[in-house]
Amino acid sequence: MASVEFIDVRKSFGAHPVLKGIDITIADGEFVILVGPSGCGKSTLLRTLAGLENISAGEIRINGRPVNTLPPKERDIAMVFQNYALYPHLTVAENMGFSLMLKKTPKAEIATQVRPAAEILGLTHLLDRYPRQLSGGQRQRVAMGRAIVRDPQVFLFDEPLSNLDAKLRVAMRSEIKELHQRLGTTIIYVTHDQIEAMTMADRIVVMQDGRVEQIGTPLDLYDRPVNQFVAGFIGSPAMNFIEGRLAPDGSRFVAADGTALPLPAGTDVASRTAAGRALVYGLRPESVRLDPAGGVPAQVVVTEPTGAETQVSARLASTGVICVFRERIAARPGEIIHVSVDTSATHLFDAETGQRL
Amino acid sequence: MTPTEIRAAASDSPPSRSVLRRFVESRNGLGLLFMLPAAAFLLCFLTYPLGLGVWLGFTDTTIGRPGIFIGLENYAWLLDDPVFWLAVFNTVLYTAIASVLKFGLGLWLALILNERLPFKTFFRAIVLLPWVVPTVLSALAFWWIYDSQFSIISHVLMGWGWIDAPINFLGDPGAARASVIAANVWRGIPFVAISLLAGLQTIPQSLNEAAVLDGATPWQRFTKITLPLLTPIIAVVMTFSVLFTFTDFQLIYVLTRGGPVNATHLMATLSFQRAIPGGQLGEGAAIAVAMIPFLLAAILFSFFGLQRRKWQQGGQD
Ligand SMILES: Nc1ncnc2c1ncn2[C@@H]1O[C@H](COP(=O)(O)OP(=O)(O)OP(=O)(O)O)[C@@H](O)[C@H]1O
Ligand SMILES: [Mg+2]
Repeated sequence: MASVEFIDVRKSFGAHPVLKGIDITIADGEFVILVGPSGCGKSTLLRTLAGLENISAGEIRINGRPVNTLPPKERDIAMVFQNYALYPHLTVAENMGFSLMLKKTPKAEIATQVRPAAEILGLTHLLDRYPRQLSGGQRQRVAMGRAIVRDPQVFLFDEPLSNLDAKLRVAMRSEIKELHQRLGTTIIYVTHDQIEAMTMADRIVVMQDGRVEQIGTPLDLYDRPVNQFVAGFIGSPAMNFIEGRLAPDGSRFVAADGTALPLPAGTDVASRTAAGRALVYGLRPESVRLDPAGGVPAQVVVTEPTGAETQVSARLASTGVICVFRERIAARPGEIIHVSVDTSATHLFDAETGQRL
Repeated sequence: MTPTEIRAAASDSPPSRSVLRRFVESRNGLGLLFMLPAAAFLLCFLTYPLGLGVWLGFTDTTIGRPGIFIGLENYAWLLDDPVFWLAVFNTVLYTAIASVLKFGLGLWLALILNERLPFKTFFRAIVLLPWVVPTVLSALAFWWIYDSQFSIISHVLMGWGWIDAPINFLGDPGAARASVIAANVWRGIPFVAISLLAGLQTIPQSLNEAAVLDGATPWQRFTKITLPLLTPIIAVVMTFSVLFTFTDFQLIYVLTRGGPVNATHLMATLSFQRAIPGGQLGEGAAIAVAMIPFLLAAILFSFFGLQRRKWQQGGQD
């Protein structure tokens, strides 16, 4: 168990900067999830912590101790690679016990340590197989098993569930969560899956282009995104953005086509004075309600019932938006519906800087 | 339709088709057809000379006189010939020592070239050099290097004061054996090194990284990851290397012609010497045929060495 600190960590490959000053402090036993678009440097960040890449500047600390020059072996970190990296010439059992074998642990001892991990991951019947003889999902579980057997200070997971089917993914999600609660080991976890990020993380780190955009609890990021990027990245379906300005009297938001929308609750006075500036209105798909009596008109493009709710693609203020309704609605394409907006869950962003007002 | 009719309609080769047509359309038939040219080629250019050689070994043919069948007389004669047995011993010694050295040094070079080092492509090109120079040319160069009077090695060693007189590289039996082996190793290393380098590059970097995180020392990474994953390629490369070395002729023939006192005669050079300058075609052929069991053993060894290992097979349960 260990705390981890990244202090202004920078990393360049040649002249190409990949990490541009990362500051993250992770408490002992915390479950932190890294999200961000492909190529933003998530894997690179994990690799610098594991010691597989040297950093160009900054400092990484584990348990308060700088590890910049510590070889990977002594950092006591287990990593599940994006491509599994299973040893093809070793069986599942040998793969999982590899680290123990290196330490010359007796065979019987290795077997007793591998078995519980294999049981957790449902690999017991596969222990004698070679990686080639496994499906993608099974390989992924073996890679996780290999990390679990290590019992390290920190677990690094690089998209460990991306190859599993939906059902197994849900099962593995709770397995990992349970594992974390049982072992209490610090976990840093990369994923592209919104639901994984929202349900598993103690805190989420949103990255973009080698920088940290925001760090916070899942609900923090959902309710109070610092900028348009985070707002668009967290939540599924993604937040809708409508361009426009404040009305001259600062009482409403006026979209480019003249449609008026109510201001988000708590928009402060200072920003009301920003009348005339180009702004972006952020509207969560979940924060609209059907309101035939009044509200904003929207023209239905497609209706997609998912059973529990109805997802409607519509044109609102001449912008394509997605709305999610609790009730089942049978609107046909082209029909006009009227919606009202929950102003406690909408945001205004500066169109130029992307910052939330 | 009745079931029989359906079956007849579903069958893709109704009885009306000609036998030839069916043969051509069946998978194996077509395969056989495509193999014919290769088979004919093998028959003409491999089997015929080989067969002729084996036949000559059973005759007393000399140059200018077609021989008659004399059964195993040539072989009986060879069994009692100490020079033949010396050549067998030399060949096995030469092959064993040279192959081990080539493997060790080649693997070492491959590992170095696989690391990140400056001017990598330049060094790789350099390593290939001994391989691209014609054997006869490099043998001539070695002949000069090993010259009893003007040897550069003797010259340098004397300059350092390590030895007093020039080394008689090719004149002394022990030194001559070591010298030809060294020349063969020098010439054979590029093949081993470059092939093993290609093998090393197929091992994903992430396996080494995973092993590093699992706490492997560099030596453990080599023995537990690199070497096992490289064995299939090592088996191929070393089979070829052994075959090349066992049948080596040019290097010896240019450097020593088998001397001094037959100390460096290999089976190939002895066979040639008896057959062409000596004129005893039958006896020379018998010596060459005597190499076949050794070569077959090497091929069988590689056959088992090359079998797909269990971990290389995938897919099925
Ligand atoms: N060895 C390398 N040499 C040069 N550039 C690299 C190297 N490794 C990664 N990069 C670059 O660094 C950037 C970040 O890569 P990284 O693998 O960290 O992305 P990621 O966030 O993990 O993406 P993904 O979600 O697709 O896995 C990419 O632009 C990539 O091209
Ligand atoms: Mg990645």
